[in-house]
Amino acid sequence: MTSLQLVWFILIGVLFSGFFFLEGFDFGVGMLVKSFAKNSDERDVVIKTIGPHWDGNEVWLITAGGAMFASFPMWYATLFSGFYLILFLILAALIFRGVSFEFRANMKTDTWRSFWEWASTIGSFCAAFLFGMLFTAMIAGMPIDKNGDMTAHFGDYVNLFSLVGGVAVTVLSLVHGLNFIRLKTSGGLRDRALAWNKILYPVLFAGEVLFAVLLFFSTDFFAKKPMTTTAIVVALVIFTALAYWGVLGNHEWLSFVGSGLSLISVVVLIFNGLFPRVMIANNPANSLLIKNSSNSPYTLHLMTILTFSILPIVLIYFIWSYWVFYKRLASPKQSA
Amino acid sequence: MLNLGLDILGLARFQFGMTTVFHFFFVPFSIGLAFVVAVMETMYAIKGDEDYKKMAQFWGKMFLYSFAVGVVTGIIQEFQFGMNWSEYSRFMGDIFGAPLAIEALAAFFLESTFIGMWMFTWGRFNKWVHTLFIWLVMFGSSLSALWILAANSFMQNPLGYIINQKTGHVQMVSFGKVVGNPQLWNEFPHVIFGAFVTAAFVIAGCCAWRLLKKDHVDFYRKSLNVALVIGLIFSLGSIATGDLQSRYLINNQPMKFAAMEGLYKNSTNKGEWAAVSGFNTKQHKTTWSVDVPYVLNLLSYHKTTGTVKGMNQVNKDMHAKYDKKFGSDMNYYVPTKTLFWSFRIMSGAGALFALLAIVGLIFNRKRSQLIMKQRWFLYIMGLCLWLPFVVNTAGWFITEFGRYPWIVYGLLTIADAVSPNVSVASLLTTNIVYFAMFAIMGLVMIILCHRTLKAGPDAENTDGYSAGDTKELDPYSKGAFNHD
Repeated sequence: MTSLQLVWFILIGVLFSGFFFLEGFDFGVGMLVKSFAKNSDERDVVIKTIGPHWDGNEVWLITAGGAMFASFPMWYATLFSGFYLILFLILAALIFRGVSFEFRANMKTDTWRSFWEWASTIGSFCAAFLFGMLFTAMIAGMPIDKNGDMTAHFGDYVNLFSLVGGVAVTVLSLVHGLNFIRLKTSGGLRDRALAWNKILYPVLFAGEVLFAVLLFFSTDFFAKKPMTTTAIVVALVIFTALAYWGVLGNHEWLSFVGSGLSLISVVVLIFNGLFPRVMIANNPANSLLIKNSSNSPYTLHLMTILTFSILPIVLIYFIWSYWVFYKRLASPKQSA
Repeated sequence: MLNLGLDILGLARFQFGMTTVFHFFFVPFSIGLAFVVAVMETMYAIKGDEDYKKMAQFWGKMFLYSFAVGVVTGIIQEFQFGMNWSEYSRFMGDIFGAPLAIEALAAFFLESTFIGMWMFTWGRFNKWVHTLFIWLVMFGSSLSALWILAANSFMQNPLGYIINQKTGHVQMVSFGKVVGNPQLWNEFPHVIFGAFVTAAFVIAGCCAWRLLKKDHVDFYRKSLNVALVIGLIFSLGSIATGDLQSRYLINNQPMKFAAMEGLYKNSTNKGEWAAVSGFNTKQHKTTWSVDVPYVLNLLSYHKTTGTVKGMNQVNKDMHAKYDKKFGSDMNYYVPTKTLFWSFRIMSGAGALFALLAIVGLIFNRKRSQLIMKQRWFLYIMGLCLWLPFVVNTAGWFITEFGRYPWIVYGLLTIADAVSPNVSVASLLTTNIVYFAMFAIMGLVMIILCHRTLKAGPDAENTDGYSAGDTKELDPYSKGAFNHD
């Protein structure tokens, strides 16, 4: 393995971390459109918390996918063709929730507004759940042949472990979204988000513990890297505990950062366990490795230079855009 | 299982065609609208004329709808390479991934961040700064077109690579050559100008329908003027760049060029150009045609003499060149009828756009009322609102069908590129669902644009979710909900 290959493996992890951190609260807020927000005015506010941002957040996913293609095309090809149906459902979910905000705002009848509100809610739930399921299935190992073609069947990626993984990511996104709403709104919505999180966090703890137990039995993470895997799992729980403490003590920033770091811990856990592989095959001989799945040194070198010169600029205006919309949104009168 | 004669190759190709065509309804429309809206807002910034601000906001609404659909359909495009074309992804990763990643990094972040900034900050920033946001969106989306076309250009005309002897995959040796590919620099301006034309004539068409109803006459006449000036400049630009591009094909992709002109046999020195013809594609023959002398040579070489290779000759040449590697049973003929008619639709429409723009600008002169009296003209203009979408599709039909049987010209066939592990059932399901989703989104798009148009420029902003800053409510979004 060359150092450039290692850099790109880490970079893909960073991009997915960014995606889960940002799109995590995006998904969470999207899920809350229907049940959490009680009326049309509240929904306006809830959607507006992510209105200027969801699109840019989703670009992290597109960039992660593009970067994977540009650095590890074998990984990209195996992963995307192998998890065909899950990715297809993710796409459908992302499409429906993506257009829902703009479409809903322009619907005239309540029925159609409601339709697009459901599109946002269901789309966000499904997207978060399916991403969780996909990554959990991926680390459990899949049937992959010598050519790198994965031929997984329903039972390979839909099982207890992947379902728990899916639920865990969904709940993580949900609490992250609620923490984001606490930061961005005022009045009734802000209070309700706090109340919801007080109930959800214990559920999340239970989910995380169950996930860690299943991780032990379904993957080789603890066997191969006992120290780091344990450390990251502990970190995950600590970040979640910190966020919960922020909920109980009403420290909004602490909660938000805590739930964000929890999501990032999940990504780090996955990438740490994958290393030095990128795809885990049931037959270890067929696992895709960092060293034999990457592009040529020329392309990696080129992409490194380009990425490290463009990404800082992107981060500057990306963060600036959040700063511009930093202000809390007014709460609608009707909300209790 | 029921055998419908469907195979993964056919289904994967259909899916690529369908998703790309649908995606490309919205891409040029969005790029073009960003440009037109940016021009309008710049005029507002310069002149301080509130009409231009109203115009930017009004047409900006359509831009936002289009952008939303363009973004979400774009994700399918990126995922599709890995999902349906895994062998292609493995073969091309070294070349194709780079522009795709740069596209996301340099272009998508720019446009998606600044569209949020533009959309939600009317009145919050100095008007020049706000205008800069829409220019950045426009710049970002054009940049994304550049990078994806860089990737496409390699597929049309591979440059700057070697074949890795161990893996058999392509390997980049010169990024400069990949980006400097002449195919790209012929293709890119044509696509961008086409995008400007698309937005210009959709706006012009919308204006025409409203003028027929005598609705907001001043507003729509003013909008029409902006649209037609842009439409005229860039339809002429499209024709010029289209000419460059097609002449580039003569040597570079002679099969594509010959099919566009419907030439099975080599042309004679007289340069007879078939305005219309019938084909027998099985026997590789032209059955009848209406010929005009010299035009072919004028189009091909800008002079009256010269000859162009016909498809039969090109087919022989290609067999001589590629049989060693790909075997002698390859079929190098491209879908002739599709290319021939697509080319005529595209170039005919290009000329029509330029003509409409000139006549429209004459009728719409400031003190003239001609535009209101010449209702026939407004009807034509209104109908032509749909034409850019047909033309854009025709253009891509030529480019993509014309590289058959290659996915990467001369290096990899389409048949060898498809994912071997994806089932017919999966592909059939995704095709049906995508189709249904596109139908819904397309329908909603049309309804929303129609409604926006009917509501007119004075309607309150309905983007409920774009309202609601605590203090600095701008008048554009007032009344979306009540405040404490």
